[in-house]
Amino acid sequence: MSSPVSYLFASIRRTAIVTLAVVPFLATQHAAAQNTPLLSGGGGFLTTTNGGKTTYLPIIEPLVAAPIGSHVLIEGRAALVETFAPNSGDQSGYNHTHFIGLTYLQGAYIASPHLTVVGGDFLIPFGTYNERLSPVWINNLQDGPLIAGIGLMSSASGLGGELRGSAISRSKYSIDYTAYFSARSGNVQFNSERSAGGRASLYLPDSRLEIGVSYGRLLQGTQENFVGTHVWWEPKATAFRLRSEYARGQHAQGYWAEADYRTQAFGGLDSWVGRFEPVFRMQQTFRINNLGSDGVSSHDTQRVDFGLDYNLPHNTRILTSYARQFSSTGNRNIWETGIVYRFLFPAWKGK
Amino acid sequence: MSQSTSMRSLIPVILLSAVAAPLLALQTQTSPTTPPPAPAKQDPKASVHKQSDGERIFAQNCSRCHTAPDGFSQRISGTVVLHMRVRASLSQHDEQELLHFLNP
Repeated sequence: MSSPVSYLFASIRRTAIVTLAVVPFLATQHAAAQNTPLLSGGGGFLTTTNGGKTTYLPIIEPLVAAPIGSHVLIEGRAALVETFAPNSGDQSGYNHTHFIGLTYLQGAYIASPHLTVVGGDFLIPFGTYNERLSPVWINNLQDGPLIAGIGLMSSASGLGGELRGSAISRSKYSIDYTAYFSARSGNVQFNSERSAGGRASLYLPDSRLEIGVSYGRLLQGTQENFVGTHVWWEPKATAFRLRSEYARGQHAQGYWAEADYRTQAFGGLDSWVGRFEPVFRMQQTFRINNLGSDGVSSHDTQRVDFGLDYNLPHNTRILTSYARQFSSTGNRNIWETGIVYRFLFPAWKGK
Repeated sequence: MSQSTSMRSLIPVILLSAVAAPLLALQTQTSPTTPPPAPAKQDPKASVHKQSDGERIFAQNCSRCHTAPDGFSQRISGTVVLHMRVRASLSQHDEQELLHFLNP
């Protein structure tokens, strides 16, 4: 086993190579009018009280996106999380742990109007949560769905290639697709399993309805299949959203459905009343067997979340929720509060 | 988490931060910003405003997942649209309409 010092130098060397490769490309973009690289992402301070014990979680998720010309985009997201949790047992006080890591780092090449080729460390396109809702500033509730781990091959990211794009785009409907292959990697920052899969979605603009299916296959060890489907509906002329997803693996299955609403009846969405956003989510997981590790609870679990968010000006949201979780291992009350901020600006000073 | 694992995780982020920090320092508030995109959940019945293709595409693809930002510099509008082209699998036509909407 290599020593920490040699590993440190190896890590520095790898990261320096990536950085040195990206920076010149960033520099070439300085003159582009609308294609300046951007810094985006979210930061927040979250608290969770579970079974009477409160955990504090400051988090920052920065995202860098840098285009090279009009057809190539390099982007990556990282997570910096510090967790302050009460000591276990009868001990008083808190301990803290931290996690810092890349969530993804990918390059995308728009090869044709219908095809984008992605390479690098990318988010696994299974279901909707991982790619769309996982950023801290997007999710309506602090916690992800209980089935979020199904189909994500433990790491939630793949190291390899991905083909994606809009297959058909008409005024009445559109179909998009994603297909990927990931190699196995034990690298700390680019951890992934050997797997393949994809997703296809049909969107009907008139009814604001999206229906999609996902498939994934683990190609190492005991090979396993994962299937999923999602339905999103946002009725026209309302500020109501319904999102739902079902996923099944070899060892567990489950679903979640979430609804949120903002009223426009009292002066519009930007009035103090319109900024309130009630959220409701219900979910169930069913354990088939405990032979595999898929991130789903080892016992059948039901959970309901009642949230009330407030959308402040300047890209800031207050998130509050109460959840009741039912399981044969014990029922729990989970209270969560937090404030999240989304930032978005050019990477450097303009002319 | 062990100390060595923490150290391994820390190194790439420190280097990325070292690159990003000077860029952040150069950021100014004087660059032109786009007006806030159309309200994410606008009620067409409540307004006589006719929705453009770009506005419709913004509402259908961007606002489906997240609320609209309060506004951002025009200098990154192309990058934002390119990001959405990849992430939301926008068609070429939708990408162009969205860019036009953000830069009328």
